Amino acid sequence: MADTTLETPAVAHRPRKIRWHAIGDHLVLILGSLLMILPPLLALTTASHDAVTIHREGLQLTLGDDLGKNFHAAMFEKGGFTQTVDGTLMLMNSLILGIGFAVGKIVISMMAAYAIVYFRLRFATLAFWVIFTTLLLPLEVRILPSYEAIQKLGLTNTYTGLIVPLIASATGTFFFRQFFMSVPEELAEAARIDGAGPWKFFIDILVPLSRTMIAAIFIIMFVFGWNQYLWPTLITTDESFFTLVRGIKQIVLSYTDGQIPEHGQALALAIVAMIPPVAIVIFFQNWFVKGLTESDK
Amino acid sequence: MAQVSLEGIRKVYPNGFQAVEATDFTIRDGEFVVLVGPSGCGKSTLLRMIAGLEDITEGTLKIGDRVVNDVDPADRDIAMVFQNYALYPHMTVRRNIGYGLKNRGTPASEIAAKVEDAARMLNLTDYLDRKPAQLSGGQRQRVAMGRAVVRDPALFLFDEPLSNLDAKLRNQMRIEIKALQRRLGTTAVYVTHDQVEAMTMADRIIVLNAGRIEQIGTPSEIYHNPASTFVASFMGAPPMNLIAAQVDRGQVRINGYDGIMPAPTSANGPVTLGIRPEDIELDGQGSVPFQVDILEELGAHRLLHGQLAGQPFTVLINKDHAAQMGENRITLKPEALRLFDTETGRTL
Ligand SMILES: Nc1ncnc2c1ncn2[C@@H]1O[C@H](COP(=O)(O)OP(=O)(O)OP(=O)(O)O)[C@@H](O)[C@H]1O
Ligand SMILES: [Mg+2]
Repeated sequence: MADTTLETPAVAHRPRKIRWHAIGDHLVLILGSLLMILPPLLALTTASHDAVTIHREGLQLTLGDDLGKNFHAAMFEKGGFTQTVDGTLMLMNSLILGIGFAVGKIVISMMAAYAIVYFRLRFATLAFWVIFTTLLLPLEVRILPSYEAIQKLGLTNTYTGLIVPLIASATGTFFFRQFFMSVPEELAEAARIDGAGPWKFFIDILVPLSRTMIAAIFIIMFVFGWNQYLWPTLITTDESFFTLVRGIKQIVLSYTDGQIPEHGQALALAIVAMIPPVAIVIFFQNWFVKGLTESDK
Repeated sequence: MAQVSLEGIRKVYPNGFQAVEATDFTIRDGEFVVLVGPSGCGKSTLLRMIAGLEDITEGTLKIGDRVVNDVDPADRDIAMVFQNYALYPHMTVRRNIGYGLKNRGTPASEIAAKVEDAARMLNLTDYLDRKPAQLSGGQRQRVAMGRAVVRDPALFLFDEPLSNLDAKLRNQMRIEIKALQRRLGTTAVYVTHDQVEAMTMADRIIVLNAGRIEQIGTPSEIYHNPASTFVASFMGAPPMNLIAAQVDRGQVRINGYDGIMPAPTSANGPVTLGIRPEDIELDGQGSVPFQVDILEELGAHRLLHGQLAGQPFTVLINKDHAAQMGENRITLKPEALRLFDTETGRTL
């Protein structure tokens, strides 16, 4: 892995000439990024107008005067049916869900993969494939039994009920299994001779070695958890457990009450909802690059 | 410091493959024993059984006075150096070397001192804060050594520790390892398939073939008195010449050339005759004709490859001896001739 990243600069030193295919590549990339960046940009500009303007004239391309007001209202104004939730609370809930999700999935799948790869379990391979086939049973398929189980356990309207049923991860287990299998066997043997028991080997050696894997899976799982909609809708009725994604919906829904929905606030909230996943990707990207250039294993 | 004894140690892998036949031998305290043999002959298996990384199917293994068959590797008081070094990639050299001590609850100050000592001994002091990826192959090898010596174990185990190094570095590390072992007086078992390493490092060599011990002996014994044609052809480069011969009325004959030497035993009939390439002289008056096909220039020596009585044969001569292609005559040093049973390959 390291080699490819190290060798690329050499290409740049060739004599310069216009390479049309490079220009073509860039054109495609620039168009692509514009396409991607336009909706959030529109959301931002539109969020700076008051509800009436937006309702009457649709999306706005120019900046209005209400940006601060809308953001403030979205974040701090108590809303919802019970008038107790504001944006900050929803942001907190979303963070708890996203982080709880990602951390839970990583912990569970790492331990499962560790057991499968490093211990002489009788049915390790079978266990792995059983876990793997659960990929065919996403939440949507088993939502009713899952709901019933959680409800019987009395875990509706709790963070535990929100997070725990979703943290078993076949994908995570699969990735960690592949990674662990690529770690040289001698490392485990050397650690064994060095007096590291199974737990120490896991913590002292496997976990640090897996950090780029952990970072990658954290990103994916955080975003996945952050964007959860169906499960939280089902399992929490108490508004104090609302997440940002649900909050946005809530604002737009108030249309039915006969007033003009606060489109500006909804868009402001949508932008707020976009920030953490983006931030996480940017933050962990450094780890990726580091993990790729430092030839570790 | 400890003596290691293997009594009837056998290994059958779960798939039913017998990698090591019942073996008995004792390694004396402070001895440097080299296990040598071709690829797949069971060297690593034997070593890993001593280390405790592989279950012993049958037999008794003692390190010191203790039977360790069921003792965990960590508690056998051994240290092992792996072929790929198996350094912990994310730890600095310092932590790599100290990890085993840390796991044993050694106080931090003592670990630091011991690591410094080991590093000084191995010329690693300047690299203590680097990660393995930032070291050369030879330095990594040394870190692996450091990890072994720092714990002052009763037994060192090496599994082809030099095979990832280039030839020059290998020669140098070979000497260093041997000197270090000498100085520490720690018993060592060293696995290699390189017969030069075996010859130069060992106090005693154990030659393995297909899971069986062919011969145990000092390098000189192994070289001069190989117990079988296998040992004769495996040890030494170029290997010993092995050609078909007959014993007839107390005399060895090669395909019509009579009276080469008196046969040392009462054997009669076909035998395999062995002689080292350097125990042969070009001699115009020699009794045996030798057809040279290829001449290899080695600098200090010349290797003549050719045919003797229709069988492949090699002669090593000094650089200042003249040699020409084609027909030559040679004499074989009578005291250097070895006879082997044609059927079993064992020495007669
Ligand atoms: N886990 C295993 N299951 C079955 N057979 C095995 C296993 N490990 C090794 N073997 C077999 O046992 C024999 C001895 O293997 P071993 O690794 O000891 O060879 P070696 O002498 O160290 O060879 P090399 O010089 O190539 O390292 C080989 O024929 C190998 O195929
Ligand atoms: Mg081996």
